[in-house]
Amino acid sequence: MKKLINDPQNVVREELQGIELAHPDLVRVSYDPSFIVRADAPVQGKVALVSGGGSGHEPMHGGFVGLGMLDAACPGEVFTSPTPDQMDAATKAVNGGAGVIHLVKNYTGDVMNFEMAAELCRSEGVEVESVLVDDDVAVQDSLYTAGRRGVGTTVLMEKIGGAAAEERRPLKEVADVCREVNANGRSMGMALTSCTVPAAGKPTFDIGEEEMEIGIGIHGEPGWERMPLKPASEIVEMMATAVADDLPFKQGDNVIAFVNGMGGTPLIELYVVFNELARFLDGRGITIARNLIGSYITSLEMAGCSITLLKASDDLLRLWDAPVKTAGLRWGV
Amino acid sequence: MSVGYEDVDRLIRSYAAVIADQKDYLTQLDSAIGDADHGINMNRGMQAALAKLDGQAPGDVGALFKAVGMTLVSTVGGAGGPLYGTLFLQLGMATAGKEVIESADWAAALSAAVAGVQARGKAEPEDKTMVDALIPARDAYEAALGDGATFADALRRSAAAAEEGMKATIPLVARKGRASYLGERSAGHQDPGATSSWLLVKTVADTWAGD
Repeated sequence: MKKLINDPQNVVREELQGIELAHPDLVRVSYDPSFIVRADAPVQGKVALVSGGGSGHEPMHGGFVGLGMLDAACPGEVFTSPTPDQMDAATKAVNGGAGVIHLVKNYTGDVMNFEMAAELCRSEGVEVESVLVDDDVAVQDSLYTAGRRGVGTTVLMEKIGGAAAEERRPLKEVADVCREVNANGRSMGMALTSCTVPAAGKPTFDIGEEEMEIGIGIHGEPGWERMPLKPASEIVEMMATAVADDLPFKQGDNVIAFVNGMGGTPLIELYVVFNELARFLDGRGITIARNLIGSYITSLEMAGCSITLLKASDDLLRLWDAPVKTAGLRWGV
Repeated sequence: MSVGYEDVDRLIRSYAAVIADQKDYLTQLDSAIGDADHGINMNRGMQAALAKLDGQAPGDVGALFKAVGMTLVSTVGGAGGPLYGTLFLQLGMATAGKEVIESADWAAALSAAVAGVQARGKAEPEDKTMVDALIPARDAYEAALGDGATFADALRRSAAAAEEGMKATIPLVARKGRASYLGERSAGHQDPGATSSWLLVKTVADTWAGD
């Protein structure tokens, strides 16, 4: 294992210390239990958005705490859900009296821990709504699995839901906006290389020099199919077809197109992917109304990308354009 | 035979030692069909539980189990935290206020623990989860008591049944948890959660019914 760390056990804590030192204008960091809140929390009268999950997906979620996005983020150990005591404390720290929304990616651990936290908060009179993200088309949504995983749409939901909360929309409406994003967002990922969890010390899976894994999750979970590496045009065609056919996205739809790097893929390749994606969507008469290109929901140092399409109404586009000021995403301010 | 506070204290210490010993094995099982953190997470939680033991007022067995459960909930993370946390919390609630547990008390505690884990994780038998070791452990224990077995013998039969249940997860296709995403590819691998659950039931037998 070759990493810029001191002790694998301290990676998350030292990362939090770095964030605290780097962004005192944006966030405050709490330790024991650990969570990040926006510097001006709690914002009175505003619905608060709390998310969280395993670490290793930076900048998500901690890098999205601030004006126009999340009120709090709870970091777990690398690829491990945070715990109910963190979520409980974070929820109370950001509750401005208008209620709190938990944005939960659909993983068994995240769901159970957030459920326990919501039970705790509600038992003490804090109004909590939970919204699940499950947008990964690589996973069959059936009774026989834990359901689809939450991936790229999470970033778009945190931005759009955050903007709706910033407009002082009430709890139920902000939750509905978040659910609209989930209902209209679909993603798929792929990997060229594996990643190494610091505490594990070796790559999560083996993959040959000439191979790729289509349908990879953001924790190095094996995906849909292992196959020989192909040119970007064919890879994008395969992924975009699966994403577009799922909703389905139709001729005349406006979308936010999100090409995300998995952590180890340079921007030059992400633009190659975006170029192919734009061509593909043009061929289907789907309009890219907005785009986001970069590494926002990562899987440590994994090389690869994911493609997310969100069918966006005018309201969602307006909320997307609203000002945001976080470490990981910033415009309009 | 009956089990007192000291025995439960020994059980927690032994399970922490077993988990520390099997950490890499559990993580290796998890990397085949999950996300390669089960041993690491369980070890972090049991080490934190160990640290709580010394501050615990001796006497109440239920309070000890409950303290372990709360510690696991707040330190393990993943799915293992809520599930093992719930398991120990339920053992604690079923034995609340007791200084000694008899064979029938353990039957009630095991039954409550299994019900709690199922309620939290919504897993059914053969979903390839912890439950596949825990349900056979509970059933074999109850059957043994029904046959007139001693407490110690019932614990041994419970551990043997858990081991069989764990091994029976190998051919199963996972229907819960992260392994379920693999579909047919999850077959052929032993479930890490069933393995750590077997280790728990086995440690109970080894600690309380050992020679």
